[in-house]
Amino acid sequence: MPRARPEINASSMADIAFLLLVFFLVTTTIDSDKGLTVKLPPIPENEDEIVDSKQNKRNVLNILVNAKDQMLVNDEVTKVLELKQLTIDFVNNNGADPTKSDSPEEAVVSLKNDNGTTYEMYLSVHNELKAAYNSMWDEESMTVFGKIYEELSSEDRRVIRKKYPYRISEAEPEDYGKE
Amino acid sequence: MGKFSKKKARAMPAISTASLPDIIFILLFFFMVVTVMRPHDMMVKFTIPQATELVKLENKSWVHTIYVGEPVPKLQSKFGTAPRLQLNDKLSTPKEIPTFIQNERAKVSEKEVGLLWTSLKADKAVKMGLITDIKQELRKINQRKVNYSSVPRGEGFNK
Repeated sequence: MPRARPEINASSMADIAFLLLVFFLVTTTIDSDKGLTVKLPPIPENEDEIVDSKQNKRNVLNILVNAKDQMLVNDEVTKVLELKQLTIDFVNNNGADPTKSDSPEEAVVSLKNDNGTTYEMYLSVHNELKAAYNSMWDEESMTVFGKIYEELSSEDRRVIRKKYPYRISEAEPEDYGKE
Repeated sequence: MGKFSKKKARAMPAISTASLPDIIFILLFFFMVVTVMRPHDMMVKFTIPQATELVKLENKSWVHTIYVGEPVPKLQSKFGTAPRLQLNDKLSTPKEIPTFIQNERAKVSEKEVGLLWTSLKADKAVKMGLITDIKQELRKINQRKVNYSSVPRGEGFNK
């Protein structure tokens, strides 16, 4: 008759598992990469393609940031936190105010920064512009589709983006106050 | 009413620990799955800026990172304190970005090349001169999808 097999003592299993657990606990970094996503413009094939935009001047929102992280928006000193509302007013003007854009389709934001501008400032400006457009997209998609922009399908998004194209043109930086 | 008559205190039954290993194993598997080993030693130090309009990058295998900041203290005697780039595990200049991108492209299949993201983890005090150089190099090699890595903005932002 078969002999009774001796049972394997499993009581140390928990300890082994604990040891492994502690190892993974220590080495784990749950860092999801988050940030502001942009698509850089392609390099123009030849110089002729850099057309000096014949855009009506009123359709361009000029943002200048200097080496001291101060910002001029259409020649007026502006704080970063004011930029979002300012951009929305500018883009959503629809011809009402002669100093602002004709229509959202034609509005362009021109961003020019200095070589001495800090990355933080640059990113804050980008962030505010994105925030302005995000809120306009949300508003538009609420009136057209009754949902927020995030929940739209990609075709519906394209409809919204056609009405409110996100156009940021970044000029080559200049060396004003280099330290 | 003898039913409820007090008996002498019963001995506490021993709690079975037989399921403990299973519980621990479940935890273990969880951490094994979510663990990402830190790919490189950090040779530059950086504090990434804050923002509100954050987008999460999916699929890590399509994301490669450029770190920008001052070299860490122990490397400062050799490399100085001027901000530098870290590509993989070496300190570099923007001129080396094309090679770096080529290497990243070689790791994925041809049709996935267009899906690659460059995540820029740069110190918030870095000057735009350097960042612009990086952007120009990326544009030249047609790597145009860029993520300016940042953390959610806390209270008290006032600029």
